[in-house]
Amino acid sequence: MIFTNTYLNSIDVQKTPMLFFFLILLLFNSPIYSQDCNSSLTLKVIDLHDSSVLQNASIFVKELDKEVKTNFKGEYVFKDLCNKEYFIEISHEDCETIQTEVKVRNNTIKTIRMEHHLNELDEIIVKSNFKNKSQSVFENKISKQTLEDYSNNSIADVLKTIPGVSIISTGSSIVKPQINGLHSSRVLLINNNVKMEDHEWGIDHAPSIDINSIEKISLIKGAGALKYGGSALGGVIISETLKTKLIDSLYGKLYSSASSNGKGGTITTDITKTNSKGWYTRLQGTFKRFGDYNTSNYIMSNTGLSERNFSLKTGLNRVDYGFEVYYSFFNNETGILRASHLVSAQDIFRGITSGIPLIIEDFTYDISAPKQKIKHNLAKFNFFKTTDLGKFNFQYDFQSNKRQEFDIRRGDDRNTPSIDLELTTHSLSLDFDSRFSNNLNLNLGIVGKYQKNFPDPETGVRRLIPDYEKYDLGVYSIFDYKLNPEWIIEGGLRYDYTYMDVYKYYKTSFWESRDYGEEFSDIIVEVLANQILTNPKLEFNNASATLGSKFLFDNNNTIFFNYAMSSRSPNPSELFSEGLHHASARIELGDLRFKSEVGHNFGFTYQKSNEKFSLIFNSFLNTIKDFIVIEPVEIMQTIRGSFSLWEYRQTDAKLFGADLNVDYKLNKHINLIHQSSVIKGTDTKLDNPLIDMPPANIKNEIVYFNSDLNNLSVSLQSEYTFKQNKYPDNNFEVYIPTTETYEYIDLSTPPKAYHLLNFNSRIDIHTDKNKSINLGFKINNLLNTTYKNYLNRLRLYTHDLGRNFILSVKYKL
Amino acid sequence: MKFFKYALLASTLIFASCSDDDDNTPDPVNEEEVITTLTVTLDSGSDTVVMQYQDLDGDGPDAATVTVSGSLTANTVYDGSIVLLNETESPAENVTEEIEEEDLDHQFFYTVGSGLDVAAEYGDADSEGNPLGLSFILNTGVASSGGLTFTLRHEPNKPNTGLENAGGETDIEVTFDVTVE
Repeated sequence: MIFTNTYLNSIDVQKTPMLFFFLILLLFNSPIYSQDCNSSLTLKVIDLHDSSVLQNASIFVKELDKEVKTNFKGEYVFKDLCNKEYFIEISHEDCETIQTEVKVRNNTIKTIRMEHHLNELDEIIVKSNFKNKSQSVFENKISKQTLEDYSNNSIADVLKTIPGVSIISTGSSIVKPQINGLHSSRVLLINNNVKMEDHEWGIDHAPSIDINSIEKISLIKGAGALKYGGSALGGVIISETLKTKLIDSLYGKLYSSASSNGKGGTITTDITKTNSKGWYTRLQGTFKRFGDYNTSNYIMSNTGLSERNFSLKTGLNRVDYGFEVYYSFFNNETGILRASHLVSAQDIFRGITSGIPLIIEDFTYDISAPKQKIKHNLAKFNFFKTTDLGKFNFQYDFQSNKRQEFDIRRGDDRNTPSIDLELTTHSLSLDFDSRFSNNLNLNLGIVGKYQKNFPDPETGVRRLIPDYEKYDLGVYSIFDYKLNPEWIIEGGLRYDYTYMDVYKYYKTSFWESRDYGEEFSDIIVEVLANQILTNPKLEFNNASATLGSKFLFDNNNTIFFNYAMSSRSPNPSELFSEGLHHASARIELGDLRFKSEVGHNFGFTYQKSNEKFSLIFNSFLNTIKDFIVIEPVEIMQTIRGSFSLWEYRQTDAKLFGADLNVDYKLNKHINLIHQSSVIKGTDTKLDNPLIDMPPANIKNEIVYFNSDLNNLSVSLQSEYTFKQNKYPDNNFEVYIPTTETYEYIDLSTPPKAYHLLNFNSRIDIHTDKNKSINLGFKINNLLNTTYKNYLNRLRLYTHDLGRNFILSVKYKL
Repeated sequence: MKFFKYALLASTLIFASCSDDDDNTPDPVNEEEVITTLTVTLDSGSDTVVMQYQDLDGDGPDAATVTVSGSLTANTVYDGSIVLLNETESPAENVTEEIEEEDLDHQFFYTVGSGLDVAAEYGDADSEGNPLGLSFILNTGVASSGGLTFTLRHEPNKPNTGLENAGGETDIEVTFDVTVE
C-alpha cells in the first residue's frame, strides 16, 4: 500500500476522529490484539525493477519515533512491537520516499519495493526497466550532456563518441553507425523497445530516429543481447526515453542551436507531466533546417537538410503494473551532393580526377534532386505486470517507413521518385523476466512479426527491392546466475524462423544468365515480353546463442567475457538486387540462392575504475561464415557508356580489433581523456582485406571544469585518423572513347591521414530551483582542415566538412 | 489483465486487415526513362547510311547490337539526324521528343576518332541559341576509318566549348566504327 504525500498528510490520528473511531473498531474486532508487545517486524527493502536489495535505506517508524538503516541484506528487524498497525516511512537516496502502514501480527515479514532512480535525470545510466541488457558484455553509455551536445547531428554521430564505433556515411547528413567494423543489417537499433524497421540494409539509409527524442542510449558490441534479436553480428544500439518519477511534477526543456556550417540550426523542445499516482505524459518535437554545408574552401551544393519530428509518450507506471503508449513521427528531406550523381565509368573518372565537386553553386537552402525523403511512423503499446513469478511485458508495435529517393530525371518523371518504398511492420511480443532466487534470473520471450514491402510501380524505374511479405517468429531464453557476489555467468539461446513471400520481376536476360530457370522454374508466375514474374517463397531458420561471464576482482576491477553465435538471414537487397543502383553508382546483382550468414564473436572487456582513474579496454574476434559482401566483377557496356558491375557473394570473414578508453582526473578541475581503436577485417577465403573497415584513430581530450564558476566546462579535443592501409583493390581501367585513352579509375585507395581539433565549452548562466539556462559554444574542425574521410562514400568527389561554429542555448524548467 | 485482452483484440484486427490482398500480383513497371536505341541517319541526297546502337535489356547482361549500314563516301556533305527510342515500351516511345522539349538541358557532342577524316557541325540550336545536336552536318574528307562517338549530356553547362567543359551527366555515349571510301 502506498499513500501519496497529500493523502498521508491528512491522516493524523489526533485530528481525525474518523480514523480514531476506526482504530477503536479494529481494537475490538481483533482477538489477537493484546497488550503484551513481543512481536517482531522484519522489513526488507528491494529495488522494484531488478529486486536487488537496497542497503542503507532509512526506515522511520512514527509510533516509535525511531529511525534506522537497513543492513547489507536490505533488512532491519524491529523487536518488541505490539500487534497493531505502524506508520512507517522508508527513504533511500535516488528513490521516492514511501510512506505506508504495516500491520504487525507476531513475527511479520514485509518486503518494501522501492522505485529506484540512479540519478536518472542527470546521468544516463544503462539500467533497463528490469535489469542490464546483458550481464557479460560491457555496455557503453553516453552521457545526457553528450547527447544534448549532438542535438544538431544524428544518432550515429553521437555513437561515434564511443571507441570502436565509427560512422559510415553518404555525405554529412546520411550517416550510419558502424560497430566493430559492421553496419546496416548487422547492427540492430532498438528505439523504445521497438526494433527499427526502416530499410536499414542500405548503406545510404540512415536510421529514422530523431536524436532529440532519445533520453538515454547504450550500446552493446557483438551479439550478446539476444533479447533484441539474433542477427546483430556487429552490435545492438538501445535508445530509450527515461522512466518518469512518481511525483507531481511538470518539467521540460527548450533547446536551440545554430551552426555556421550549413547556416542552420535545430530547435527541440519537450515537456513532461507526471503525477504521484504514476501517470505521465511527454510531448517532444524537433525542427531542423540546414542549407548547403561547406568544406574548408568550397560549398557542397545540394547538401541541405530539413527535418520535422515529434513524439508522444503517455502511460501509467505503478509499482506492480503499468502501460505505455508511444508514438513518434520522423520526417526528413536530405539533399545529396549534386556533383555525386555520376554513374558511368567515364563520368566517375571526371569526378574523381577533379577531386573537388564538378558542380559548385552559390549557397542555398533549397534541396533538389538527388535527394531522399523519409517518413517514419512508430507506434507502440505495452503493458507490464509484476507478479510473484516475475515481470510480464506484453507489447504491440507498428512501424511504417516511406522512403523516396529522387534522381535527376528527364521529362514528366522529373519530380517522380526513382525509388518509392513503403515498409509496414507489425510486431507482437511477450517477455517474461523472473528472479527465481537471489542468484538466478531468467528471461523468456516470444516475438511475432509481420512485414510488408510495397515498391510503388509509378516510379517508372524497375523495383530495386521487390514486393514481399515477411513473417518472423522468434523465441529466446536467457539466464544469468550469480555464482558468488563477484562472479556472474550468463547464457542464452534464441531461435528465429523467417518466411518470405516475394513477388519479383526478373529481366529475362538476367534470369537466363543466372541459370535460375533450371533451379527455380516452379516459382515462375508469368512470362512477359522481356520480364518474368516470379514468386519466390524463402524460409530461413536461424539459431543464435550466447555464453558469458562477468568477474569482479574487487570494487575497482571487472572483467567481462562473452561468446556469441549469431545468424542473419540475407536481406532483400542481397537477395534481389538486379540493376543500376544510382545511390552507389553501380549495377548491383543479388543472388536468390543465398543462405544465412553465421558469426562467432568472442568479446573481452577489462574495466578498471577508481576515483581518479578509469580505464576500459575492449577487444573482439569475430569469425563469420557465409559473410555476404559485394564486389566488382566486370565492366559492362551500356548505351550510357561503361558501368561497373558489382555482385553480392558469400565468403568467410574474420574481424578483430581492440579499443581503449582512459579517463584520468588530474585534479579537481582537469580531466584527461584518451580514446583509441583499431580494427582489421579480412575475407579469409580470398585472403583480402574487407572494404570499408574504419582506419585506426586516436582521440585525446583535455577538459577543464569548475563548479564554482557556474559549472563552466571547456574542452579541447584532438582527433587523429590514420590512413587505412588495408583495403581491397576494386580499381579498374576503362576505355574513354571521346579521348581515345585508357584511364585508371581509383575507387579504392583510402584518403590520407588527418588531424582535427574540436573545441567545446558550456556554462550555466542562470540556475535556481525551478529553471536553468545553459549556454554552449563549440567549434568543430577548429583549424579548418581540408580532409577526406575513407568512410564517407562521397569522398571520391568532395572533401569533408570545414570549420563549424555552433552556439546553443538550453532552457530547462 | 484487461489491457492484455484489448491489446490482443486490437492486434488481431490489425493483422487481419493487412493480409487481405494476397492474391494481387504486382504490376510490371514501365521503364519510362530508358533509352534502348540510338539511330543516326546520314543522308547525302544520293546516299543514306544508317548507324544503330540497340540494347533492349538496358543494364541487363545481354550485349548491345551495333550496326552500320555501309561506308560513307569521301568528300561528301551528309545531313545527320538522331532518333532515340525506348523499346522496352510497346509501342516504342520516342525519346527524341523529350530531348527537344528539354533542349536547354541537353546537348549532343560528336567526337571523331583518330584516323577518321570527317568533321561534324551542329545543325540545330536550343531556344537560347546554343547547340542541341539532334541534327548535324557531317563533312567527309579523304578515305579513312575510325570511331565516331556520339555523346549526350544531361544538364551540361551551356554554352561550352566541347566535352572538356560541358560537365553534366552522360546519358548516351556510343561509338560507331565508320569507314570513308
